[in-house]
Amino acid sequence: MTLALEITGLHAWYGESHILHDMNLSVAKGEVVTLLGRNGAGRTTTLRAIMGLTGRRSGSIKIHGVETITLPTHRIAHFGVGYCPEERAIFSSLSAEENLMLPPTLTAGGMSVAEIYQMFPNLEERRFSQGTRLSGGEQQMLAVARILRTGAKLLLLDEISEGLAPVIVQALGRMISTLKAQGYTIVMVEQNFRFAAPLADRFYVVEHGQVVTQFSAAELSTKMDELNELLGV
Amino acid sequence: MSRKLGYAAVLVGLLIAPFVLYPVLLMKILCFALFACAFNLLIGFTGLLSFGHAAFFGGAAYITGHVLKVWGLPFELGLLVGTAFAAATGWLIGGLAIRRQGIYFTMITLALAQMLFFVFLQAPFTGGEDGLQSIPRGYLLGVIDLRNDLTMYYVVLAIMVATFALIVRIIHSPFGQVLKAVRENEPRATSLGYEVARYKLLAFVLSAALAGLAGSVKAVILGFGTLTDVHWSMSGLVVLMTLVGGMGTLFGPVLGAIIIIALENKLGDVGSWLAQVTEIEWFNTLGESVTMVTGLIFVLCVLAFRRGIIGELAARMR
Amino acid sequence: MEIFGIPLAAFFGQLLLGLVNGSFYAMLSLGLAVIFGLLNVINFAHGALYMMGAFLAWMGLQYFGISYWVMLLLAPLLIALFGMVIERTMLRWLYQLDHLYGLLLTFGITLMLEGVFRSFYGVSGQPFAVPSQLVGATDLGFMMLPIYRAWVVVASLVVCLATWFVIEKTRLGAYLRAGTENPRMVEAFGINVPLMVTLTYGFGVALAAFAGVLAAPVLQVSPLMGSNLIVTIFAVVVIGGMGSILGSIVTGLALGVIEGLTKVFYPELSSTVVFIIMAIVLLVRPAGLFGREK
Repeated sequence: MTLALEITGLHAWYGESHILHDMNLSVAKGEVVTLLGRNGAGRTTTLRAIMGLTGRRSGSIKIHGVETITLPTHRIAHFGVGYCPEERAIFSSLSAEENLMLPPTLTAGGMSVAEIYQMFPNLEERRFSQGTRLSGGEQQMLAVARILRTGAKLLLLDEISEGLAPVIVQALGRMISTLKAQGYTIVMVEQNFRFAAPLADRFYVVEHGQVVTQFSAAELSTKMDELNELLGV
Repeated sequence: MSRKLGYAAVLVGLLIAPFVLYPVLLMKILCFALFACAFNLLIGFTGLLSFGHAAFFGGAAYITGHVLKVWGLPFELGLLVGTAFAAATGWLIGGLAIRRQGIYFTMITLALAQMLFFVFLQAPFTGGEDGLQSIPRGYLLGVIDLRNDLTMYYVVLAIMVATFALIVRIIHSPFGQVLKAVRENEPRATSLGYEVARYKLLAFVLSAALAGLAGSVKAVILGFGTLTDVHWSMSGLVVLMTLVGGMGTLFGPVLGAIIIIALENKLGDVGSWLAQVTEIEWFNTLGESVTMVTGLIFVLCVLAFRRGIIGELAARMR
Repeated sequence: MEIFGIPLAAFFGQLLLGLVNGSFYAMLSLGLAVIFGLLNVINFAHGALYMMGAFLAWMGLQYFGISYWVMLLLAPLLIALFGMVIERTMLRWLYQLDHLYGLLLTFGITLMLEGVFRSFYGVSGQPFAVPSQLVGATDLGFMMLPIYRAWVVVASLVVCLATWFVIEKTRLGAYLRAGTENPRMVEAFGINVPLMVTLTYGFGVALAAFAGVLAAPVLQVSPLMGSNLIVTIFAVVVIGGMGSILGSIVTGLALGVIEGLTKVFYPELSSTVVFIIMAIVLLVRPAGLFGREK
């Protein structure tokens, strides 16, 4: 069975800075995988490298079995990848609804606007407001909602719980569970361990631009000491 | 040691040059070399692109020409007045332009210089389209007759060398270091406590004043001041000279000035030669198409040759 | 009848001429702003491409007998293609560099274009006849209204407002607005941003060419008509700020009218009034009247 995402020997640079050193990871279809690690470890860079948003890249990134490392960014999205960046990137010159409708439909099977407004009623209420006038939580929901609309089934989520009220974080957690149940493949970068732990099937720990250890959800309890050391949590 | 020898060799070359080439042409080159060096102070060392330096160059030319011709001031005083005018204008234009950053700064310098162009166009003393003619050479310090081209050349050379030395001194002074810091990373310079706006303005005024000096001298050498000197194409020309020679280098602008002026003079000959070789009649008009060739050089430099000649050489030698 | 000591007909005549010039200011500064927003390049060549639009109309009529009306559509199209070639082959190498290189490149292109046209046509203007359908004037009582000039103002307004509508109210415009703000993110959604950039440059210069065709019967078609205009356009965008489409349109029209009125009351000041206003705006509101500081 083809893996949804397979990264082998990935190096990535921002200009002269060599950030990812021989990054390797794989994600099967329907899996939820979390990248753990300290700030600056290279987790966000990994997601950006998948989308082609870094500088030079070398190695191999296969999405649904197809090599994408040589492709320009706008072609990569068409493999059904949805990227939700750490800074959310809601456009201030667009209304909330324009933000939601902006990403073009990539494949069939995406959520309809009605379904999205059902999942996120706040977004419907505020749909004519300027995108950046929404609260932090609403902007985060908008950022995720707009890629759900496109039919992307491989989601790259960067710190979606960051800076949000616990109630919102819980709602996001429920959303991820729902998506998982519907067969979405999700790669999450998360600092909030408590948020990520119940959702993920597998964990990778990233340090200095490479994977230093990985384990499944089942092994989590045995790995807590090692994690505490690695993450300084 | 080799650098001192290099300077000495160049100096000797400059001293004997008028016996080999036409003094007037040499003086024109010296003026433009100074103009370009003054301009480079702003773009190369402070990182500010002014597209309106013709206002200072040509404006000072008009003012100096007028005070020498109509008010009968002596040569040194005429230069001083011209330079002062350029400095004052620089203070006004710079003060306004600095209120915006980056490309807006450039557009503002261009627009304000254009405004000055229209003022000069309409002002009666400039002679409008005909230009200000018959500017007298006069005497240096009341004794040295400047109507002799050779004498004039050595006077101009002395002025140029002194001013160039001044520019070098400025660049290597603490003030110059701050300018470089502003060019490299303005927010950082601000965070270190420097009042960046003041430094930028001072650099602008200095650059304008020296450009004005170059223009004033040119007016005396050639005996006339024209609208061409205050037109934005002149501003563009000095940008090109600095770009071709190498922005931010010491000698780049000088080399650029030499090349561009030589090109302007020889373009007609090159065109005729090309017309002969390729048998394309149109090349014979090349001499009139200085604009087009200038544009082509601009395009080529920006795309493939941004460091300029001296810049490329310096990079290779590292 | 007189207003402020000037005969009414003359006053309104100059006002209309001011509106005509203002229409050109609006269209050109609009194109310049759209290009700057997405490409971060100040397109110095905007004036030269406006000139080429006028020349294409003239050449179309002179050499091929193609009517003004056809050229009104054809010239912008041809210039758009020409502009897209420039963007693809030259401009795109400069996006990673300091903005000033974009300005210098387009400045060089301006010199080349003007130089070529000058070598063939000199500096004097070629006359261009007003198309027969728009010849003449109607008597409004307080002034004679030359039909062609009214057409210029109306056509410009329609095009400007249509541009505003597309950019602010449609999906395509949303791509442009989003791309101006965060092009990498828009790419990550699967939109071919490099293509959008090329098309936007083409569109911006097409606006300039359209203005050029409109201008042909009013001004004379001369290789220098662009360079006379472009510096004023720079002043217009500094005054208006480049963040707002409507702002550019309003500023362009207003400055055209002010310039026209100045010609009536203080003719000596008319060539510099725009720059004086720019100086005042810089002192009082540096970001421009409608500017959103980038």
